[in-house]
Amino acid sequence: MEVVYFAWVRERIGVPRERVETDAATVTDLVSELRAREDRYAVAFADLSALRVAVDQQLTDFDASLEGVREIAFFPPMTGG
Amino acid sequence: MRISVQEAPFHLGAEVEAFTRPLDGMGALVTFTGVVRDSVETPLLAMEIEHYPGMTETALTEIATQAQSRWHLGDVLVIHRYGRLAPGDMIMMVATAAPHRNDAFEAAEFLMDYLKSRAPFWKREITKDGATWVAAKDEDEAALDRWSDPKINS
Repeated sequence: MEVVYFAWVRERIGVPRERVETDAATVTDLVSELRAREDRYAVAFADLSALRVAVDQQLTDFDASLEGVREIAFFPPMTGG
Repeated sequence: MRISVQEAPFHLGAEVEAFTRPLDGMGALVTFTGVVRDSVETPLLAMEIEHYPGMTETALTEIATQAQSRWHLGDVLVIHRYGRLAPGDMIMMVATAAPHRNDAFEAAEFLMDYLKSRAPFWKREITKDGATWVAAKDEDEAALDRWSDPKINS
């Protein structure tokens, strides 16, 4: 699936998007996999309360299922307006 | 309904003028414009706005559709810019037209409250000291609570 990052999450991970091969069942499972990969992921995902997640461009929770999902995005709380 | 996510500046007067023609049966037009605020302590050199292409348009359309279902509105306009802006530049605007002013005012506030915390934009302030991501405020999140009160809609 495509994993997309915005704002300081993108800066900490170092790429705006990447393709990730995963069998993770939920967002939280994917986060655990990414954290275990490299320090930059562990740093970016250190505090999930500071992050928001969108699955196929819809805001959701970290316990959301990844079944059939094409794109997942991680970013800080939004600051529009 | 018109939703525009754009890098280019918009002309507030022209947008409002176009929005108000025609406004059959409408007695109230409310507009809000967000402007890049300079800081007194550390002068702002620029504000950079990042967004999530695709999701941004979807989120704004959903928020505007919700406003239309909750209030009696004739029309809704949302324009939000991204990219690099200077202090004093207009960031975004909403306009609501309604037969009566309460609907127009409340819907405009609802749109602002939701697009502050639910539309995927991220602001970064550039000063001589460097770049800082603007942190979301707790009160912006708390502002959404009042719209979950069904009494608001009565």
